[in-house]
Amino acid sequence: MASKTQNAPLDAKKGLQAVEEQFQTFQILNEEGEVVNEAAMPQLTDEQLQELMRRMVYTRILDQRSISLNRQGRLGFYAPTAGQEASQLASQFALEKEDFILPGYRDVPQLIWHGLPLYQAFLFSRGHFQGNQIPEGVNVLSPQIIIGAQYVQAAGVALGFKKNGTKAVAITYTGDGGASQGDFYEGINFAGAFKAPAIFVVQNNRFAISTPVEKQSAAKTIAQKAMAAGIPGIQVDGMDPLAVYAAVRDARERAINGEGPTLIETLTYRYGPHTMAGDDPTRYRTADLDNEWEKKDPLVRFRKFLEKKGLWSEEKENEVIDQAKEDIKEAIKKADAAPKQKVTDLMSIMFEEMPHNLNEQYEIYQAKESK
Amino acid sequence: MAQMTMIQAITDALRTELKNDPKTLVFGEDVGVNGGVFRATEGLHKEFGEDRVFDTPLAESGIGGLSIGLALTGFRPIPEIQFFGFVFEVMDSIAGQMSRMRYRSGGRYNMPITVRSPFGGGVHTPELHSDSLEGLMAQTPGLKVVVPSTPYDAKGLLLSAIRDNDPVIFLEHLKLYRAFRQEVPEEEYTIPLGKADIKREGTDLTIITYGAMVHESLKAADELAKEGHSVEVVDLRTISPLDIDTIIASVEKTGRAIVVQEAQKMAGVAANVVAEINDRAILSLEAPVLRVAAPDTVYPFSQAESVWLPNYKDVIETAKKVLTF
Repeated sequence: MASKTQNAPLDAKKGLQAVEEQFQTFQILNEEGEVVNEAAMPQLTDEQLQELMRRMVYTRILDQRSISLNRQGRLGFYAPTAGQEASQLASQFALEKEDFILPGYRDVPQLIWHGLPLYQAFLFSRGHFQGNQIPEGVNVLSPQIIIGAQYVQAAGVALGFKKNGTKAVAITYTGDGGASQGDFYEGINFAGAFKAPAIFVVQNNRFAISTPVEKQSAAKTIAQKAMAAGIPGIQVDGMDPLAVYAAVRDARERAINGEGPTLIETLTYRYGPHTMAGDDPTRYRTADLDNEWEKKDPLVRFRKFLEKKGLWSEEKENEVIDQAKEDIKEAIKKADAAPKQKVTDLMSIMFEEMPHNLNEQYEIYQAKESK
Repeated sequence: MAQMTMIQAITDALRTELKNDPKTLVFGEDVGVNGGVFRATEGLHKEFGEDRVFDTPLAESGIGGLSIGLALTGFRPIPEIQFFGFVFEVMDSIAGQMSRMRYRSGGRYNMPITVRSPFGGGVHTPELHSDSLEGLMAQTPGLKVVVPSTPYDAKGLLLSAIRDNDPVIFLEHLKLYRAFRQEVPEEEYTIPLGKADIKREGTDLTIITYGAMVHESLKAADELAKEGHSVEVVDLRTISPLDIDTIIASVEKTGRAIVVQEAQKMAGVAANVVAEINDRAILSLEAPVLRVAAPDTVYPFSQAESVWLPNYKDVIETAKKVLTF
């Protein structure tokens, strides 16, 4: 031995401890609607702040109406969104029109605010293919049903933007359960390896159907999983619209500047059941926990914040509520007017040209359906 | 014209389309600098650069998702799955996502993706490299499944697959990669998907087959000819969609048929061909339609594969049963 360097003792836990200490929740607006992080305040005009509030109120009403329409049998598959407005809407609010959204099944509100007509959201819920015929110029996919599949696709959309020189990002959403999927890791890793402009949002609403987030992983935060892919990760108060907006805006800027993807974990809560298909949250959540999270409500804190600034009032709120109810009524009418879905419609959209076997079957079903 | 092996014909097709269409991308595990583990992409990275021909991280589901995202942004992806036995890692992207995108979106999005992958037995690989899994693909609505048996067919079919606006699974039999050379035009040409090819004409019996079994069947036909039997060999080339017209025309002519596949017998492509013949040509048949297929076990450890894999002797044996029925 040429030199007498002293080796550090083996400490396999050191790196993990360092990582765990790094991940603190990013917040701008506390539960009382007070700004606790002035330096991080996003640059939003009064009109933009009001618009964000308008969207949250509107979407809360949409959720309430969707649940009751489902109970009346007038909507089909529906995954309630109340509680997650800041995570969903403030993240979409930070996007530009050319950005591409790859949603999970609860992420219908982001699609609507990105341009999907409301009646099509209702058609999706009813199981009609026209709900998924996204209009030209609206850059979204229809809601993904397989948990996490959208994560690997987002890496591809982002790489496509990079190769095309498009100044846009791919943003994708999953939940705390989704962060356990292989596709979650492959998606963030691919995007990182290609330095692709992607934003990966995990809305950690604490329960994957009934399984609590504590059972998903030994990782203390989902945000720290970004470290494995070598990309930035941040944990955000997902009930704070300003923090969510600031985090997504920052990730978008870095992505557009060629700095690659970001993983954003938003801490949030769904007040309702997993879906309207028979899930009963009282089987796995306590009323105390529900109450604790309802105190963090994004609408309540943002309302307080805006009222103090003289930007919001009961009158304004009622206008939004009336508008939402009116729009929903109209959209349901429009959805009711959609033509009855036929098996022959579905056959004709399988391929660019129908192959032999489908052609034969088409004739059989055409005869059946014309009876 | 040049003499080419099947793998050279495949590289030639890839080069042709990389030149023709700036939106084509070739990617996968080790396909870049290394030119692929079988050299299917030899020289393409150098010629077309990192932007068009590139290595991916080692994750098949990621490769599938990447293909879907690239297709959504206007590209024509040509991913490689290094061995088709690895397809289980990417089944959701293939069978749950890309095959359904046109349908799911009501025609708004389409997936012009060609998934290339080597498969097939007889070259002593470790487990999960040689399996014939084309039946899984053929049972997936929204996919086209192509299995070439010659260098000439490989080039023409691959060009059609790449230009197709729907997803195509393009399966390249390992044993055929360098089995023989054939005249392959240097200029571009296409062979339509969904069209079978009569590889040998005959009047007494039809053998319907695809992939490496085309060559076992041709060899069997040679032997049977010595005994005075005129055997027709139909190479399906595309197993989904099937070229029903060619199959039925041949069976109506010969009145007897067998179907030969390398895959296990259960719920396979051959069973489907038999059912189609029964549906459409039962009154033309002089004998039941029999199958030659591998037994219903997992693909064997390599020391047993020479017995496990169907060969020309098995074809002759089954053909004689039908000829003498």
